[in-house]
Amino acid sequence: METLMALLIGVLFAVGVFLVLSKNLLKIILGTSILAHGTHLLILTMGGLKKGMPPLLLKGEDLSYTDPLPQALILTAIVINFAVTAFLLVLVYRIYQDLGADNIEQLRGTADE
Amino acid sequence: MNNLVILPMIIPLLTGIILVIFRRNIPFQRWISLFAILSTAAAAIYLLQMISRYGIQVLEIGGWEAPYGIVLVADMFAGLLILTTSIVSAGCLLFAIATVDLEREKFYFYPFMLFLVTGVNGSFLTGDLFNLFVCFEVMLISSYVLISFGGTKVQFRESIKYVLINVISSTLFLLGIGYLYAVTGTLNMAHLSVLIAETGQSSLLTTVAILFLVVFSLKSALFLYFWLPGAYSAPPTAVAAIFGALLTKVGIYALFRVFTLIFYHHPEITHLLLAVMAALTMLLGGIGAVSQWDIRKIIAYNVIIAVGFIVSGLAVFTSTAMVGAIYYLIHDIIVKGLLFLLGGVMIGIAGTSKLKEMSGLIRNHPLLGWMFFIAVLALAGIPPLSGFAGKVLMTRGILEAEFYWLAAIGLLSSLMVLYSVMKIFVSGFWGPTYLRSEQEKGTTSGLLFPCMFLTAVSVGLGLGVEGIHYYVEYAANGLMNPDIYIKAVLKGS
Repeated sequence: METLMALLIGVLFAVGVFLVLSKNLLKIILGTSILAHGTHLLILTMGGLKKGMPPLLLKGEDLSYTDPLPQALILTAIVINFAVTAFLLVLVYRIYQDLGADNIEQLRGTADE
Repeated sequence: MNNLVILPMIIPLLTGIILVIFRRNIPFQRWISLFAILSTAAAAIYLLQMISRYGIQVLEIGGWEAPYGIVLVADMFAGLLILTTSIVSAGCLLFAIATVDLEREKFYFYPFMLFLVTGVNGSFLTGDLFNLFVCFEVMLISSYVLISFGGTKVQFRESIKYVLINVISSTLFLLGIGYLYAVTGTLNMAHLSVLIAETGQSSLLTTVAILFLVVFSLKSALFLYFWLPGAYSAPPTAVAAIFGALLTKVGIYALFRVFTLIFYHHPEITHLLLAVMAALTMLLGGIGAVSQWDIRKIIAYNVIIAVGFIVSGLAVFTSTAMVGAIYYLIHDIIVKGLLFLLGGVMIGIAGTSKLKEMSGLIRNHPLLGWMFFIAVLALAGIPPLSGFAGKVLMTRGILEAEFYWLAAIGLLSSLMVLYSVMKIFVSGFWGPTYLRSEQEKGTTSGLLFPCMFLTAVSVGLGLGVEGIHYYVEYAANGLMNPDIYIKAVLKGS
């Protein structure tokens, strides 16, 4: 299971990096989102993918339970990433509205600006 | 256990939230936000007294004990930085009250300033790597808003670059946290330090350390500074000043914390890398500063040089250098804020940021000119101003550690700093006066007071070196001996 996840994370990172390196602003934003997804999966996998008990300690049982911390971390990270992506989308929309540019090349300024 | 530790975070946060409700009442927003910053400063002073009397103050949130719960840790280093942050943000806020236009003020300018301060103080206080990430994000999201606020073309262009580079570095930060958790199973910094000291810093951990190095270098503009000059010269002066004073310093703080508390076992790899990056930062930043003819760009490159200089104190890792680095860090926060503000006033008067179109401002603005001169001398480290003590101690520490090349580059960078800011002084203030006072594009009314305030702090810091020496040495001692920090957080467990 971990190997499979590692492969998936690798693919996500490859796709993310490819998109971030493109020139279209929207593609770049999608790229950052995919990179973030890859990272979240990585944290989940790093905590160990166990099946079984919920993270509650019951009396008399010491079965292996799922590590709750990575899930808590990811939850926070997802919220942050959500906010940042929303902000980026609005920013790019404003850039498109005001400057008519949806491409990083078109944002190049002149020397005496 | 001390509930006061949370005050520097919670005061600006709650005030910011309250101010969101009073959106239309601008005077209320102005004075309440200033009041909040000043009470944060008061809380910081009180906290400093507590720390010097009783040692490191720890707050276990919700009463959960250290390796499991979330902790806020106020050691002397953090306390000093919080106090400096409050002082410089009070100065920037006063400047903002006088300069920022009504449109921006109506759209939550002051709440975002306060949230920025919340994030900065939170980063200084947290005792947990993941919370460091969260506080970084609080700070960064506010800075994204502040940098793109107003929506001029330059701002849009620079803010998209700034946001993207920070989003990528945050992703890398999370990645590092994930790896570290997988290897050690904890994220509490004190606990990490214990575990790594017990099992030894394996090469895997050193790799993770280098990943953190890259992340914090991106945030603090150590060598990976290419985004900084553009981004810091786009927003309005008050915002640029608080960015230049604080944001990179938070990255530096993280570098100090991580490389003195957690990954200090293989200095021949990590700290040497830091030294090389610091040297390159100083050289390249210096070349940038010398070559520019735009006030804002020159000052922004000066931020970069200072980052290199401070980190070189961390890189050699001796206690003399550490004391010097802390001095210089405090000095630099104040004086960079001041320099951005003074540059902003000059640009306001002349209506341009190009030095070649500006001349003889000292005839109508002697006070501004002399303050700029004092700031320049402080920046270059001329005694008795505030940069001197830091520079002397750090150079001595670097020489003691026999990093002669680093000391040479550090001193060379001082010359570059002096040349680049003197260039602003000479071509901006000397020479024939182009503009008669009625032709000037802007006024200085209300703008000189915040500058005077920060100049006074800078001069006071220089003259009162002996007075704060005890605190700085205490802070450096805490950084050089991780056991003190660990004992305070983990309570002997």
